Amino acid sequence: MTVMPSHHIVSAYDDELKHLTRKIAAMGGHAERMVDQAVSALVHADPALARKVIADDLFLDEAQRDIDDRTILMIARRQPLAVDLREIIGAIRIAADLERVGDLGKNVAKRTIAVADGLDPTSPFRGLQALADLALTQLKDVLDVYATRAVDRLGATRDRDDQIDAMYTSLFRELLTYMMEDPRNITPCTHLLFCAKNIERIGDHATNIAETIYYIVTGEQLPANRPKEDKSHRVRIGPS
Amino acid sequence: MAENQAKDGRRLARLAWGRLGQARWLLAAGVAAILLLHAAGGGSLPLVLAAIAALVAVAALVPRRLASGRIAAETAGARAPLPENLSAANLAAAVADPLIVFDERGAVVLANSAAATAFGNIEPGILLPLKFRAPELQQLLERMLSGEAPSMTVDHVERIPIERVYRVTATAVGNGSGLFVVVFKDQSEARRIDRMRADFIANASHELRTPLASIAGFVETLRGPARNDAAAREQFLQIMQNQTARMARLIDDLLSLSRLEMKALSAAGARVDLVGVVENVVDTLRPLAADSGVVIENKVGPGRIEVAGDRDELFQVFENLVENACKYGQQGGRVVVSVVPTAAGEVAIEVRDFGPGIPEEHIPRVTERFYRVDVDSSRAQKGTGLGLSIVKHIVTRHRGRLAISSRLGEGSAFTVHLPAE
Repeated sequence: MTVMPSHHIVSAYDDELKHLTRKIAAMGGHAERMVDQAVSALVHADPALARKVIADDLFLDEAQRDIDDRTILMIARRQPLAVDLREIIGAIRIAADLERVGDLGKNVAKRTIAVADGLDPTSPFRGLQALADLALTQLKDVLDVYATRAVDRLGATRDRDDQIDAMYTSLFRELLTYMMEDPRNITPCTHLLFCAKNIERIGDHATNIAETIYYIVTGEQLPANRPKEDKSHRVRIGPS
Repeated sequence: MAENQAKDGRRLARLAWGRLGQARWLLAAGVAAILLLHAAGGGSLPLVLAAIAALVAVAALVPRRLASGRIAAETAGARAPLPENLSAANLAAAVADPLIVFDERGAVVLANSAAATAFGNIEPGILLPLKFRAPELQQLLERMLSGEAPSMTVDHVERIPIERVYRVTATAVGNGSGLFVVVFKDQSEARRIDRMRADFIANASHELRTPLASIAGFVETLRGPARNDAAAREQFLQIMQNQTARMARLIDDLLSLSRLEMKALSAAGARVDLVGVVENVVDTLRPLAADSGVVIENKVGPGRIEVAGDRDELFQVFENLVENACKYGQQGGRVVVSVVPTAAGEVAIEVRDFGPGIPEEHIPRVTERFYRVDVDSSRAQKGTGLGLSIVKHIVTRHRGRLAISSRLGEGSAFTVHLPAE
């Protein structure tokens, strides 16, 4: 389902709306890149890349503030209605989600140095990379829908959230096992646990964005019929 | 004959007139100089007129820039109107690299089929900066749309869903047409050879070390304590043979995975009939199934289920899945391949076994390289730990997805979802 943008007589207003969507897309691209590089920095123990990610977060903060200012002005000046109003409110919400995604990416990058020393098994990194790939696919699909407005594709992206949760639970279990094997693993594994949680949260923000886009395009809320939870709160591994 | 002469005459006249036109400024200056000399009192009037006439005649008759002029004239003559079937859309479709034409608002005007294969459907009207969000592409589009540069090239790495490295060039179409074209040149191969080397060392060396250590151990024993023990020697050699076979299988799988990652998905537009693929797979695996005491029930078809894709790769997907089902679901005694209902715009084929099932915590991880639910049973079944990651890779590059569900004690189902058209 592709919805053509409605035509406004006031073309300056059109330009403002267009600028808004482009700013959101730019934020999205930055957030995707940050998360990707943060995980890459972590997996390859690359502190230089981690520092770059941390510095990049500034762009997202500024972009979000810019979008806030613009949207407030637009609402005050244009008094938008219907789809335009949803577009503007949606932009505020998506910008907030993307800014959080950037923060989570930054947090992952910050832990690079703490994780870098010690921790022999490469497999938790592989799992973390797989988790990040899932979250990034989720984010990319959702932002692609923002570009195409083809909201019928949102169903599949929501399914992916379940996969992310399952993967997170599995990683949680694996990291606990490493900690029990050798107390020296506890420090890096705890950091990795936080990284995994952060990445899992990125998936949640992507789901939020999906819901916002659905609302912008259709004016209706996505039915909230999904039992959303990861099962890590029930994982227990006793000494064997 | 006379007509030809007349034509030649006209042609010469036109040529002379053209030469005069070309040399008009020089001529004017020459004439002015002669007149000036005359005015200053040098030479008589007839002489001056004769000098001017000579100047003009020379300018009209002596060819200038002979070669280039003739070539230009010839090409101008040869420039027939473009044939009607050479439209921009046909041209774009013939380009093997993804190519997208967009207007000055950034809205897509035309995307060729290679672009659809690489980036999914890009319908006309979509704003390109919303679709290509990577910072370097944003900058590229920004600079093109603002008219800062007529052409620009950046390198762009895409990691999701499949890692691809592109050299992206954007150029304005014609002069002031308000249209731009962006072409994605795939550079993945060169880049990936490096990566492959690093990955291969990281993954494979660990996996190869185990059989190698065991072979080394047995060699040492054979040369030492078991030197004269014929029974032990036979047994050890058997083990060593198994281990080398395992290493060979591992290397085969690794190479197959690397090949998949290196090669772009084959030409767009190839159609594959899944019913035929599944039939072939089942026929191929029937002997293996019979050995393990498993019956394969093929409930796909009759009819045709067409998807876009590469036949050999999809064959490998179902071969790996059915083979796994026969090996690990052996105790269930049967494996069912069937079409299952799925979301609109997709086809889904499920491979179900009735074996012990996969514990829940392992399900999300089984497609990772070298991830094994149970190391011993995997080794016993001659698994390399790569089969499912190959499956997942192929399905992903066909823009599909692999869904896994399992219940302990009841069996597992692997469902391949592929986009239908």
